[in-house]
Amino acid sequence: MTTKTYDHRPGLLATLGRDGLIQIILIANSFIMLAPIVIMIFSAFKTNAEIFRSPFALPDFTNVTSIMKIWSGTNFPLYLLNSFIVAASSIAVILTLGTMAAYAIARYEFRGANFILLFFLAGLTLPLKLAIIPLFILMRDLGLLDTRFSLICIYVATGLPTTVFIMTGFIRTLPNELEDAARMDGASEARIMWSIMLPLVKPAMVIAGIQNAVPIWNDFFFPLIFIQKDSLKTLPQGLTTFMGEYGTDWGVLFSGLTLSALPVIVLYIILSRQFINGMTAGAVK
Amino acid sequence: MFTTRLTGRNLWIAALILPPLAFMCLFLVYPILSAFAYAFYEWHGLARGEFIGLANFHKVLFEYPFSERTVNAFVHNIFVFFALMVLQNGVGFVLAYCLWRELPGARFHRIAVFLPVVLSTVIVAILWKLFLHPLFGVVNISLRGLGLGFLAQPWQGQDTTALTAIVVANAWHMVGFPTLVFLAGMQRIPTEILDAVRMETESEWVKVRKIVWPLVAPSATVVFTLLFVSAFNFFELPFLMGGVDGSPHGATDVLGLYFYRTAFGSMSASAENFGPGSALAVLIFLFIAILSSAITLWLRKREIQL
Repeated sequence: MTTKTYDHRPGLLATLGRDGLIQIILIANSFIMLAPIVIMIFSAFKTNAEIFRSPFALPDFTNVTSIMKIWSGTNFPLYLLNSFIVAASSIAVILTLGTMAAYAIARYEFRGANFILLFFLAGLTLPLKLAIIPLFILMRDLGLLDTRFSLICIYVATGLPTTVFIMTGFIRTLPNELEDAARMDGASEARIMWSIMLPLVKPAMVIAGIQNAVPIWNDFFFPLIFIQKDSLKTLPQGLTTFMGEYGTDWGVLFSGLTLSALPVIVLYIILSRQFINGMTAGAVK
Repeated sequence: MFTTRLTGRNLWIAALILPPLAFMCLFLVYPILSAFAYAFYEWHGLARGEFIGLANFHKVLFEYPFSERTVNAFVHNIFVFFALMVLQNGVGFVLAYCLWRELPGARFHRIAVFLPVVLSTVIVAILWKLFLHPLFGVVNISLRGLGLGFLAQPWQGQDTTALTAIVVANAWHMVGFPTLVFLAGMQRIPTEILDAVRMETESEWVKVRKIVWPLVAPSATVVFTLLFVSAFNFFELPFLMGGVDGSPHGATDVLGLYFYRTAFGSMSASAENFGPGSALAVLIFLFIAILSSAITLWLRKREIQL
């Protein structure tokens, strides 16, 4: 990669050489990024013997034995449902509470508004994992251990800071004219927020929603601590139990991985711009 | 009339702001403050005992075998940080620079590099565990197929390569993040500046060093700070790939794992020990908070001095 030396003569050849090198780096990198995923998907349609003998060969895509085994022989559908319930409820609560706070901070002048914004922003940098002992005791005292509520509460708390950050920034950019006109007509504050401002906030909600959805959907740490009952496990947590149960049946393992990864991959390919914007929203100013 | 309207408005603001604030206090502020308090108490299982001052801290820092393990794990975190600095942020910068060119196919490559980022750490961990299997993993099968069989080895089974294997898996998973943050930084460089540079020099190296690198300083600040925090919070990947005990022989033990083991028990000794666990959490927390603020301030200064 580094053997190319640049001469100072401008010219077509030098440009071609430079662009060629860049293409080689990019193609090599994309190969490294995609090959493991392709091998994973191929292996879901193979038997153990085929995986060990020819891991790179195209499989017989009609062989869905392993996939059926995962879908109907394990708790996979249940884990999927749990993940969906937890993620959807958390995001609904995050967007509701986050928009409420952001709206108040961004649209009204009141004492302490800046302090409250700073308070939310401070939450951005706190590694909540290190407070897992008090959280565990708190959940036990609230009787929430081994319930989906424990996860929803914690995801809302971790998701609020970034959401308030994104939404406040966005709501501040909205023009005042509509709001003032409605106020002149005697509309209540609640009505102004609901019917006039909220429809304008949707794009920011999509960004905030995706930014929260991916880490919540993928989280493994909090279920590990809070959830013991198999029937309440989320998908990432459930996958780790397959590793123990089917440790030697690689076809089944790869099927489990593929089934969990594919929905996210397909969604990502369709909405790649929104995913990338959402997940880098906090880091890209 | 005026006053009632005013209180109505205040009530409305309070109704908007209090529920989210209450949530943050209960599930974020209170646990973090308690984490500090808990470290100064003796614990009997889940029950809090006597106030014992700094005894828990003394234990994890200076008493055998706790101190040994703390230092061992800490050294591994430092290794993880520097290795990822090169493999994740360094490679990310190079890839961003390549993507910035907007050559044919750039859109495809941009989507490809970020694809692993959206996957769960659990998927990444199991995938790489299977790929790195000594006999049947694709890594060793490929090496043998390329006639490099002598390089094939039990990557996760030996002390010398186990942690590196985890670092590589992490770099594969997350390299898209710094890449796209750097790319966004490069795309914000005004074209006038770039045109002016093009008149001055043809050398790519000079261009990168004198113009691109200083101008993406804000992106670098974010990416470096986030990597620092995640390197010293490292938990999921070592837990899933090396196991709760950091096998083999503690070669993949990191502070996050050691904290988890101390607090919630390991397979071998399943006893909670919340006292030393809390002390470790406080130490890690303070270390991350102080150093990441220092790094941010230092890097910010670099941004202004341009």
